[in-house]
Amino acid sequence: MRFIDYQTVVDAVAELCKQANFFLGKDVLTAFREALKKEKSEIGQDILKQLIRNAEVARTEFLPMCQDTGTAVFIVEVGSECHVSGGTLTNAINEGVRKGYKDHYLRHSMVRDPLGRKNTGDNTPAIIHYEFVEGDRLRIQLSAKGGGAENMSALKMLPPSAGIEGIKTFVIDVVKAAGPNACPPLVVGVGIGGNFEKCAYLAKKSLFRPIGDRHPDQNIRLLEEELIEEINRLGIGPQGLGGIDYRFGCQN
Amino acid sequence: MKKILVPFQNDEYKDLRSGDWVLLTGTIYTARDAAHKRMFETIQAGGSLPFNLHGQVIYYVGPTPPRPGQIIGSAGPTTSSRMDAYTPKLLEMGLKGMIGKGYRNEEVKKAIVQYGAVYFAAIGGSGALISKAIKQAELVAYEDLGTEAIRKLFVENFPVIVINDAHGGDLYEEGVARFRQ
Repeated sequence: MRFIDYQTVVDAVAELCKQANFFLGKDVLTAFREALKKEKSEIGQDILKQLIRNAEVARTEFLPMCQDTGTAVFIVEVGSECHVSGGTLTNAINEGVRKGYKDHYLRHSMVRDPLGRKNTGDNTPAIIHYEFVEGDRLRIQLSAKGGGAENMSALKMLPPSAGIEGIKTFVIDVVKAAGPNACPPLVVGVGIGGNFEKCAYLAKKSLFRPIGDRHPDQNIRLLEEELIEEINRLGIGPQGLGGIDYRFGCQN
Repeated sequence: MKKILVPFQNDEYKDLRSGDWVLLTGTIYTARDAAHKRMFETIQAGGSLPFNLHGQVIYYVGPTPPRPGQIIGSAGPTTSSRMDAYTPKLLEMGLKGMIGKGYRNEEVKKAIVQYGAVYFAAIGGSGALISKAIKQAELVAYEDLGTEAIRKLFVENFPVIVINDAHGGDLYEEGVARFRQ
């Protein structure tokens, strides 16, 4: 059995909050640069250049990349031979969020209840998904996704007769409806199967894959490629102002 | 790129067309949905607003808190549709410009033409870069709203693009139609 100290988890989570908000992932930066080569819209090119410069300013001047520093969503893999000592793992993660958002001057966006809308003041509670695995490791992944994109998410119950075409039509309709609101260029997470809540979780989980990663199943991989092509044909472009290279990855 | 001084003194907004890149310099005010709701309720109750709307530009932003020594934190646009319910009233009262991102509803688009105004988009996801264009920030009202309080900003060469102009132009429709295959 491997023991991990409560405070170690707190500090690691606080560090993740910093990393997610100040340092753009290499896969995203590469995708921006690739998109800039392909984009035909001049406005689109200008926007991609601004997004690349934004990442540079964020990194060097220690300003968050976006003012919406996100809802802290975690996917945590807990090994069966791993134990957090000194408190619960959930408490440690929430304390890490509290610390990370405070220490790094990140915005607190969480409210106590959706109707009263009183801010909790520390961006907790985090939304935590646990997966229990073999081994003695603890793996914590964070997505600090903003509301603009999250609010354009959708779920639909399709009958089996809808088939792959039904799935494609729905995904494309959702991206089309989101238009500029979700701050394109986008990464579109798609979950297929399970039940109501499982499907939503699969869609969110797919966003944790690096851009360009493709599904191991060849049929699904083909579906990903087709969706990328069709979505890019919508003409939405960077920031929804027209263009081609709208979406970098479709992940199932 | 066109350079524009704000607040608008006269009818300069009429020269702006959807698709124009504009660099804004001057004073603008921040307000998001919570502040809009309060202003709207104040108007309904016959009270006076924290600032005179005439010719002004409102920026839809809830910035991150500044570090010690910083003027303001990251300050990119929020989704404008949050403000749609309150916007026509503010336009009626003399508001001339709005900066945000994303679609406006039909009532807002109609009011933009009817009263004469411009809806600009700033680049969503570039809050660090925009922060550099903000040279002064001062709390004006509704401090209890935290990041959503009304602030007066002095901006220099703040890059925005005209989405809806006073003549009915709509870049979200025109731009996408041009590149749809």
